[in-house]
Amino acid sequence: MTNELTKMTIATARDALRAGEVTSVELTEACLTAIDGADALNAFVHKTPDIALERARAADDRIKAGEAPAMCGIPVGIKDLFCTSGVPSQAASGILDGFRPEYESTVSQNLADAGAVMLGKLNMDEFAMGSSNETSVYGNAVNPWRRGDDDTNLTPGGSSGGSASAVAADLCLAATGTDTGGSIRQPAAFTGITGIKPTYGRCSRWGIVAFASSLDQAGPMTKDVRDAAIMLGAMCSHDPKDSTSADLPVPDFEAALTGDIKGKTIGIPREYHMDGMPQEIEDLWTRGKEMLADAGAKIVDITLPHTKYALPAYYVIAPAEASSNLARYDGVRYGHRAKLAQGDGITEMYEKTRAEGFGDEVKRRVMIGTYVLSAGFYDAYYNRARKVRALIKKDFEDVFAQGVDAILTPATPSAAFGLGEMKDADPVRMYLNDVFTVTVNLAGLPGIAVPAGLDKQGLPLGLQLIGRPWEEADLLNTAYALEQAAGFVAKPAKWW
Amino acid sequence: MSIDEGTAARVAKLARIKVEDAELPALAKEFNTILGFIEQLNEVDVEGVEPMTSVTPMRLKRREDVVTDGSQQDKVLSNAPDAREGFFAVPKVVE
Repeated sequence: MTNELTKMTIATARDALRAGEVTSVELTEACLTAIDGADALNAFVHKTPDIALERARAADDRIKAGEAPAMCGIPVGIKDLFCTSGVPSQAASGILDGFRPEYESTVSQNLADAGAVMLGKLNMDEFAMGSSNETSVYGNAVNPWRRGDDDTNLTPGGSSGGSASAVAADLCLAATGTDTGGSIRQPAAFTGITGIKPTYGRCSRWGIVAFASSLDQAGPMTKDVRDAAIMLGAMCSHDPKDSTSADLPVPDFEAALTGDIKGKTIGIPREYHMDGMPQEIEDLWTRGKEMLADAGAKIVDITLPHTKYALPAYYVIAPAEASSNLARYDGVRYGHRAKLAQGDGITEMYEKTRAEGFGDEVKRRVMIGTYVLSAGFYDAYYNRARKVRALIKKDFEDVFAQGVDAILTPATPSAAFGLGEMKDADPVRMYLNDVFTVTVNLAGLPGIAVPAGLDKQGLPLGLQLIGRPWEEADLLNTAYALEQAAGFVAKPAKWW
Repeated sequence: MSIDEGTAARVAKLARIKVEDAELPALAKEFNTILGFIEQLNEVDVEGVEPMTSVTPMRLKRREDVVTDGSQQDKVLSNAPDAREGFFAVPKVVE
């Protein structure tokens, strides 16, 4: 029974809670047991059982009173990037070692207000910089999926690797993620779950450790599209504390899930056919097109001419913003401070603290960002990248103006790879993981990854749908139709 | 554009990250790989394009210029590696 409880979706758990068939305390205890039995996945890095049970009891009272919102009593995991009051929140970085925020991020507060139960904090790449969860100070999170009979540990993707692993392994019903270049959608695809990055501005960024502020967005990582709709609704809000959060009403996303996409126009971007892309990914994409066509959508070929330049633009803009955002980690106000030698002044304190506290990938990006913003290079790199970003956004505006409702692409250029397999590759090869997702962040659009099949090694593969700005409801409905047609029900065999 | 060890050292200094001399050649090489990748942007015709400042065309909200927060000295200092007498403490700044 315990296992069955943790396998529930948010929607089934909500209905069972309201019907009195299960309590939030029972659900929460089942998840806490599953988490304790899954240390091999290294998904939960700070467990909060006391907070969880306290919130579960409060949720049960609320449900009994009959006034409970959809997320009430639902046990979820929170990515370590979200500041959670009194609970370690260190963005998987050594430089925030010991940091316990005095405040709660708006998104995690919204979830708490809706009655969701926080089980603990989830592993991730350091400061969300990575595509494999291998840059974490906590060590690698591990994908519950394996290749056939091979016991190689695979990456759950990144940066929201712990969130993806935890949801796929049924340690929690759902989890929060954040996505700067694909950090929700790529790990979702690698683990056979659903993940949506909403339109930039839909979720407040307040209290989320900043990586690249013009690209960062939070979103839910869930077992299916309906759950993504429910949880996204609870996460979004206008927030005066984030000047980029949109003052727009949050629609009832779940109500939009009719599965009817007759007459919708789905664009297939020519530029997403990459050289060297595995045939399995091409085949999956073709099947996706056929499924949406069978459901009554019109499939059209489109062109997004600047696609090729999205990753290079991203690797100017994101490091530039990161170098500014991460300037605050100086050993003065929070986190780690290096031990100083006799005669060391404040500059040595900064330099030693940051050398010790940041991992290699973070240092690399901060320094690249520093370089592209430095005198003499600002125009050549940073301003040029921002101009290219404007062109990438215009590519999307042009196809939407032609009547395209959503765009279908593969979510990733491959299935999950083995942990350590990219160790000797140059950094740029790792960056290519985000080739299909990063355009969406640059254009500020909503994008969702939906599991759509297995490769020949038995690993999940995902498709991505990209929607018009602020039209997450419509996007979720298209994703729902795709999910219905794909009928993906596979689960990883338990080995942990 | 090729980055030499001297430039790598200068960037590390600007970023306030201590890098040992022995690590500079490898760092310069990595920078060159990444910057080589970024150089592709030079192929794009950006004539007359305005650099993007905001991905969603939104006017920032304004509010009254009044104090809305404060008086939380204990909370502000609670995570400091070194705090004394209500202040953050740091090594000597001025000789």
